[in-house]
Amino acid sequence: MITEALIVSAILFIIGVVGVLTRRNAIILFMCAELMLNAVNLSFIAFSRLHGVTGHVFVIMVMAVAAAEAALGLAIVIAIYRHFGTVDLSNLRTLRG
Amino acid sequence: MNAFYQFQFYFFSLLAIASALLFVTRRNAVPAALWLVNVMFALAGLYVMLDAPFVGTIQILVYAGAIMVTFVFVVMLLNLGKAEISDIRSLGARLGSGMVGLALLANLLLALRTRIDVPEFSPATENVIEPLAAALFTEYLVAFELTSLVLLVAVIGAVVLAKRRVTS
Repeated sequence: MITEALIVSAILFIIGVVGVLTRRNAIILFMCAELMLNAVNLSFIAFSRLHGVTGHVFVIMVMAVAAAEAALGLAIVIAIYRHFGTVDLSNLRTLRG
Repeated sequence: MNAFYQFQFYFFSLLAIASALLFVTRRNAVPAALWLVNVMFALAGLYVMLDAPFVGTIQILVYAGAIMVTFVFVVMLLNLGKAEISDIRSLGARLGSGMVGLALLANLLLALRTRIDVPEFSPATENVIEPLAAALFTEYLVAFELTSLVLLVAVIGAVVLAKRRVTS
């Protein structure tokens, strides 16, 4: 079932990529990034059926980094909302000149 | 590979993909977050079926329990629950990103042309937590300890960023 799991992982990753490209809401973009991390985790778990338990260790590391990323990212979203009054990324054009 | 296992595997796979599609097409943030929680539960089921019960438990506890609750909490805090105007980009951007997605998917599936055969296994008798702990606390001990530093920095950074008052 490793091949099937890898195909599911690829499809989930692509859904996350398309979500990042088509949405403008910053919070939904973060959720799409979480979806991509989850897809990669599924690949790690599938390959650890072949190569031993190292994949599980990597998944635990990825989860810790994802938790840190979510905390920091949401803090940044709150700061952006306080400053601009919106989280729509098309309204944040300060650096566009 | 018995038929029940296969049926369960395809069930969780289809549940994950369908929930992900529903997640990415919802306009409001709260239903999107709830569908993403559904994706994570389905993935936890897949982890358990792929001989990783501990990681499946952590998936439910950390992802569905902690991270997604934080997302929903921020949506509630900023009062973004109902979106009056859609945040989905224009038709051209959607077509372009769809093409990018299809190209990436074809690329990934081409890499999977060779089938990987695995020997049969018996999930009930195999103990996977003990080797995981042994690897985590001996071979990867430095990385494990550095993870605590990453979390500490994230906590301090989040408090500093979210507490700051805008002076203008």
